[in-house]
Amino acid sequence: MSLLSVKNVVKQFAGHRALDGVSLEVPENSVYGLLGPNGAGKTTLIRIINCITAPDSGEVLLNGKRMTAEDVRHIGYLPEERGLYKKMKIGEQALYLAQLRGMSKKDAQKALKYWFEKFEIQTWWDKKVEELSKGMAQKVQFITTILHDPKLLIFDEPFSGFDPVNADLLKREILELRDKGATIIFSTHNMGTVEDLCENISLVDKSKIVLQGNVADIRASHATHTYLLKTRKEVEITDFELINNKSLNGIFEYTIKKTAGDTNNSLLSKLMAQTEILSFEEILPSMNDIFIKTVSGS
Amino acid sequence: MSKISLIIQREYSTRVMKKSFILLTFLTPILLVGMIALIVFLGTIKDDKIKNIVVVDKSGLYKDVLRNNESYNFQFSDATVDELKKQNSENSDFAALLFISKDLRIDSTAAVMYSDKQVNLELKSYVSGLLNKHIEEQKLAAYNIPNLKEMVEKSNSDIELKTIKWGEDGNEKEASAELALMIGMLTAFIIYMFIVIYGAQVMTGVVQEKTNRIVEVMISSVKPFELMMGKIIGIALVGLTQFMMWVLLTGAILFGLSTTFAKDLDMEKMKEIQELSQKGMQGMPTAEMNGEIADFMTAINGLDFVQIISLFIVYFLGGYLLYASLFAAIGSAVDNETDTQQFSMPIMLPIIFAIYAGIFSAENPDGPLAFWCSMIPFTSPIVMMVRLPFDVPFWQIALSISILVLSFIGTTWMAGKIYRTGILMYGKKTTWKEMWKWLRY
Repeated sequence: MSLLSVKNVVKQFAGHRALDGVSLEVPENSVYGLLGPNGAGKTTLIRIINCITAPDSGEVLLNGKRMTAEDVRHIGYLPEERGLYKKMKIGEQALYLAQLRGMSKKDAQKALKYWFEKFEIQTWWDKKVEELSKGMAQKVQFITTILHDPKLLIFDEPFSGFDPVNADLLKREILELRDKGATIIFSTHNMGTVEDLCENISLVDKSKIVLQGNVADIRASHATHTYLLKTRKEVEITDFELINNKSLNGIFEYTIKKTAGDTNNSLLSKLMAQTEILSFEEILPSMNDIFIKTVSGS
Repeated sequence: MSKISLIIQREYSTRVMKKSFILLTFLTPILLVGMIALIVFLGTIKDDKIKNIVVVDKSGLYKDVLRNNESYNFQFSDATVDELKKQNSENSDFAALLFISKDLRIDSTAAVMYSDKQVNLELKSYVSGLLNKHIEEQKLAAYNIPNLKEMVEKSNSDIELKTIKWGEDGNEKEASAELALMIGMLTAFIIYMFIVIYGAQVMTGVVQEKTNRIVEVMISSVKPFELMMGKIIGIALVGLTQFMMWVLLTGAILFGLSTTFAKDLDMEKMKEIQELSQKGMQGMPTAEMNGEIADFMTAINGLDFVQIISLFIVYFLGGYLLYASLFAAIGSAVDNETDTQQFSMPIMLPIIFAIYAGIFSAENPDGPLAFWCSMIPFTSPIVMMVRLPFDVPFWQIALSISILVLSFIGTTWMAGKIYRTGILMYGKKTTWKEMWKWLRY
């Protein structure tokens, strides 16, 4: 059953249509990716889900009921345009935001202590936001977003501004949150994280959804039937189309493409007679390739 | 704790803890007292240099009339004006040159004063006073009526009009129009100042939240209206705190000064004044010299301070709330602080108009301008404060406050609607037309 459904949402701004009949279903306890090039309408969609802007038509349902502003208060929302009070101390600010989301001061302090230790930023408590770098402030903001243990989390571009180490930390946290039962929606340009994290995605381009579904299914459906073969000795490829070959340290690598009529097994049995096969695997297109192909092709 | 009280708390504590706030709160009373002290001090210093005035008297009638005093020394000379001018430009040994061409009884414009600088008022009035008095006496003498001088002096009168107003219970109170004016203007000006200063703080606060991009985070956890009201109320409390601190500190400094310098004061005189004021309160006749002080004391007693102070707080809060919500709406509609000017103009105009209306109302506190401006909510907090010490009928106060309260509820509601849409608008120049549209969402 889906936790969140977006049904046929249309949003018109002066001069252009930001969203044109967008629908999607987010299953409970999963990670959902919202992809798309700049200006495709991702942030507008996220703002509509959060009741910050109202759609011209269509609706957003949470657990089958229409989403209200009151529901939004229980969501953990990390906006794309991040901001904190510059002159306020980190600790006070985090405490303030947590209390505004309905936590008691005591609970908030306890939870903050846990997260500050986990992210190794205990020493920042008395620093002011203006003393932090963008990435550092982002860490603080991430903590304030998830602190009150929301069931639904919406992150707009959570990885922008993070170095690889911190991006990795963030990825682990997102998966951990999912394992604890949360449902996470996030938008991104970073296709690597999509493969690592998302079960389902929607690709938005020019205000419309151009690709939607389970990540594994999408990759399989975009498969070009290309395989990577590694052998101990040089072999002769028959039936399959040879795209590329090279040899390195006594290992021979062939990129081959299946042609109509032949099967993998028949190829392999022919090859096995010639030499030892080290590996044989299908090369699935990366989400990056699919993204570029879909967006530039449409 | 409710969300709005959390917001109020944050707005209040971050502002009160600011260095600039603390500095301003403590320095202002010191500067104020210091400035008054400086004025008093400078007033006591007399220019002790004696100035020489050269007199060329062609008529020869005024040698005895122009008497020296502690500031001016008259010297008589037979030289011509041109010679003296030349002499002065060489070694400038006199401040001014008085030239009397003929008998002033025949030609009243015959006396001319020359100087290389602008002649100061004190000298001018001193000399013309001496001459006038002399001519007056001469003219009187010319009537040849015995004892005329004494008769004229006796017929001189110096009537002082006392103003007494009676309350509904028939009790008479001595009133002082000057004091009423002073108190009215002072309270009106304080309200004006606080609306402008703290209203602008609300506006910049909103703009900063918008440019800091924190607004989206806040809106996902609180209602926009809560955020706006929290800010407005928090800043109102900051304003009240600052005002209270100023009153307390100024009082403390003045008290401290008066006890430190009490020895320098003439204790006898203090006692006298105290006694006189007590007598004055009982309505007993007092000596003319100190009568004015006594009158002042009775006039202060004649004012209803409980009413003035309680209505001051009502109008202070009412006026602030009315304008602050409008300032918040403006702040939400723009992207940066420089853009606020264009939109804050229509709000600043009625405030500035109100202070002028207040000044004119003081001259005629029951006139139509004063009446209408103390009913219109945009001017009433200031104009009504000016009118209050002059006794305003109860129904007018009640009506004025009711209109004010209804209006600020109205403007807050309107501002809330504009604010709700405005704070999430980025990168677009807002127009009045658009704000009107937001209002009707």
